[in-house]
Amino acid sequence: MEIPYTVSNRPDTGLWNAKIGIWLFLASEVMLFGGLFSAYIFLRIDAPPGMWPHGLLNVPVGTMNTAILIMSSVTVVLAWASLKMRKYNAYWWYMLATITCGVIFLTVKLAYEWPQKFDHFGIYIKPEALGKYEQYLGNAYAAEKGLPPRLEITGHLHNRAAQNDPNIKEYEVALDPLNADPTNPEMDRPHFWPRSATEKIATIEKEDVQYATMFLPRHSAYFASYFTITGLHGLHVLGGVLVFIYMWLPVSKRLYQQNPEHLANRVEVSGLFWHFVDLVWIFVFPLFYLL
Amino acid sequence: MDTPTSVEAHHDPHAHDAAHEHHELGFWRKYIFSTDHKVIGIQYGLCGLTFLFFGFCLMMMMRWQLAYPGQAMPVIGKWLPYIFGPSSMPDGKMTPDFYNSLGAMHGTIMIFAGVVPLAFAAFGNFVVPLQIGAPDMTFPKVNAASFWAFGVGGVIMMISFFVPGGPAKSGWTSYTPLADIADTGPGHNAIFNGQTLWLIGFIFLISSSLLGAVNFITTIIQLRAKGLTWMRLPFFVWAQFVTAFLLLLAFPPLEAAIVMQLMDRVAHTSFFLPAGLVVNGAPAYISGGGSPLLWQHLFWFLGHPEVYVLILPAFGIVAEILANNSRKPLWGYKSLVFSVLVIGFLSFIVWAHHMWMTGMGSAVSAFFQTTTLLISIPSVIILSAFFISLWGGSIRFTVPMLFTIAFLPMFGIGGLTGIPLAFNSADLYLHDTYYIIAHFHYIVAPGTIFGLFAGIYYWFPKATGRKMSDFWGKVHFWPTLICMNMIFLPMFLQGMAGMHRRWYDGGQGWNVSNDHTIWGLTGFEWNKPISWAAWIMGLAQLPFIFNFFWSIRHGEKVNDNPWEATTLEWTAPSPPPHGNFIGTPVAYRGPYEYSLPGRERDFTMQNEPIAPAERTRRKTPEELVPA
Repeated sequence: MEIPYTVSNRPDTGLWNAKIGIWLFLASEVMLFGGLFSAYIFLRIDAPPGMWPHGLLNVPVGTMNTAILIMSSVTVVLAWASLKMRKYNAYWWYMLATITCGVIFLTVKLAYEWPQKFDHFGIYIKPEALGKYEQYLGNAYAAEKGLPPRLEITGHLHNRAAQNDPNIKEYEVALDPLNADPTNPEMDRPHFWPRSATEKIATIEKEDVQYATMFLPRHSAYFASYFTITGLHGLHVLGGVLVFIYMWLPVSKRLYQQNPEHLANRVEVSGLFWHFVDLVWIFVFPLFYLL
Repeated sequence: MDTPTSVEAHHDPHAHDAAHEHHELGFWRKYIFSTDHKVIGIQYGLCGLTFLFFGFCLMMMMRWQLAYPGQAMPVIGKWLPYIFGPSSMPDGKMTPDFYNSLGAMHGTIMIFAGVVPLAFAAFGNFVVPLQIGAPDMTFPKVNAASFWAFGVGGVIMMISFFVPGGPAKSGWTSYTPLADIADTGPGHNAIFNGQTLWLIGFIFLISSSLLGAVNFITTIIQLRAKGLTWMRLPFFVWAQFVTAFLLLLAFPPLEAAIVMQLMDRVAHTSFFLPAGLVVNGAPAYISGGGSPLLWQHLFWFLGHPEVYVLILPAFGIVAEILANNSRKPLWGYKSLVFSVLVIGFLSFIVWAHHMWMTGMGSAVSAFFQTTTLLISIPSVIILSAFFISLWGGSIRFTVPMLFTIAFLPMFGIGGLTGIPLAFNSADLYLHDTYYIIAHFHYIVAPGTIFGLFAGIYYWFPKATGRKMSDFWGKVHFWPTLICMNMIFLPMFLQGMAGMHRRWYDGGQGWNVSNDHTIWGLTGFEWNKPISWAAWIMGLAQLPFIFNFFWSIRHGEKVNDNPWEATTLEWTAPSPPPHGNFIGTPVAYRGPYEYSLPGRERDFTMQNEPIAPAERTRRKTPEELVPA
């Protein structure tokens, strides 16, 4: 028994089966990421002044990753077009380029961007103790300039044991540039190029601390949405890469020799998925890195 | 065969088509890891029925606590601690936590592991390809993956009964922040605790529905037989088509919400936890900044379309059986189709009527009250069309027809009692009372489940070649109908008297209950007759279980079309072989051509060519579908 229209079009709909299937699947994916993005909007609108951080992500690296992902969307179309023209060699190289782009994207995300965040420390000061740390926060200056209040001191934690040891009564933090020099107008807005932590060390007593953690998902609603959405997006990239690897391996060459159109259809369908994953990133990048 | 997706061996246990080359599949490939839509449908059906019965058993246990609060459960009470752990029912007395667990898991299992798999996946899988004249679903392997994802989800839900602390206990809606902090702390595993397993199980159940929905829609679009145009589709296929869209688009936002709640529980984020949250008298060490209301929005964005996922397949089944047993065409076929499409669309914009109590503001309330009332219009059109279909029919009171006829007023009661709840001001009083319980159970229990029973009796001969016993069918039907009403009718009264739906003691400690009596009994005392009706209804399912299994081997043997029906599935052999049809099915006419004038028989099947005399008013399939 054979299922009709797996490769050829049904005359009255003008489509083969998997093409309808993938568009339906993408519709549901839109609803999935739509749910997460609407949560982002909901939480961001709800956030009190000063509770939605800015400029904590590495914009140049994010820009590079965006470019890589867009490039891979181009190469996957070229791979499909090569198959349509029955040029398997060109297909093979374009597919390899696509896979490479996907792997670079994931590596940058998982081996560089995320670990860098996991290593950064943030300390929310209790409202009543904010005055005590005015030299690091510069709230008077911020109020004068109409900037949102600064409630958090960030930087690199020197005494890491302080996180779990109740006997250590304070955190020692190598301050980020903003907290090192809070009244410098240079620091009013985040910059394109990230600045590394300074040598200036601040000591913050634990009893003045509302909440302190590394830049983990638990850090704030901002990082919770960032890690959840980029994590789910990363899983989609991984899924796409695995499918592409399957279609690039010799196993698929055999399908090409039997029925090249079938392989072309598969590349088309997975390419549609890949474009969707790309499109999600086009939303992620401005929402988390820029805005 | 150049397509790996369709490399399937032929197998035909009843050798209807001797010309085919036969290649025996082993037992495991044929009955367990099958990709045949009929086997998958039956697997879904058996699992769904098992989960339905299990969910019902949970409720029967709760009914003891409600009727006889604090008393040791007789007979089985002393055995249950050995199954559910010593803290569930010490000395046969139910603890409050265990009661909450039973309530949460009753809802979850009934809806997501029972009715959806049975109504959508089982009937959809078995019947839809046959009704549209297709050899199988478009993606048979995806279909199998869907079933096994459901299996994993169901197993995870079951495992959660046996972890320390017991299964999820924050209601089937898992409202935050309660659900975020439930089952955490000392004595609970970080992953293997009730609420976390509930979330993980749900991810699998949602993935299963998603794969199924994609497959159903593609199948209905692509694999319709030649000549089977959209307006010649049986109404059941339309109902499943819309249901699939609801599952496809409404479930993912819940999946997003579940991922976020999972992050809250495992990665300690605060998606649904507000700043300043106090747990057990101490401020929680969390970042805060989350919104409990966000969970409710995302949950009910699925939750309301889900209601229609439960009822639309039942509408479809009822339509088939009504036309068949009243021996006349379904009244208002086109109105039915457009109504079901409108329901599908509107069901996405009514969700906040579950949240009147949250105080969303009058503008938002006005919008959702309007849409909620609008959606009652297509529902009423459908029900009216069903009633009118009976008018002037020559009705055959078969067992499926009994359930179908009972469905109509039962669904009517459920639907009409929902109208007060659509209004913000009336709902404020009735919210979270037994009135709500009665209202939605009238929709899903004597509504949907009667539809499902009708469907099982109706299509059983197609799956097995044998009919279920009429006698035992009636023994099943009458007590079930009576008990259903004895259970849910008094609940309207209890609810209007003010009884809250989540009281652990059944309202025993509720002062007002002693001041008012309803027909001689106080609100609390009504629990006893309701509970007894529930237990008797449990007994009344035994004839069904017996009948179901007995008839597989010993039921009356029947031909391929025992109900003298018109749609394409009855042109296939019973049971249909792999690939379903012997020839290539072609449809020449609409789905419900009963009692056509000037014909010998009172039914004309869809694959009967147009007689020359009819030609003037009908187009040939070639004119309709260029193939």
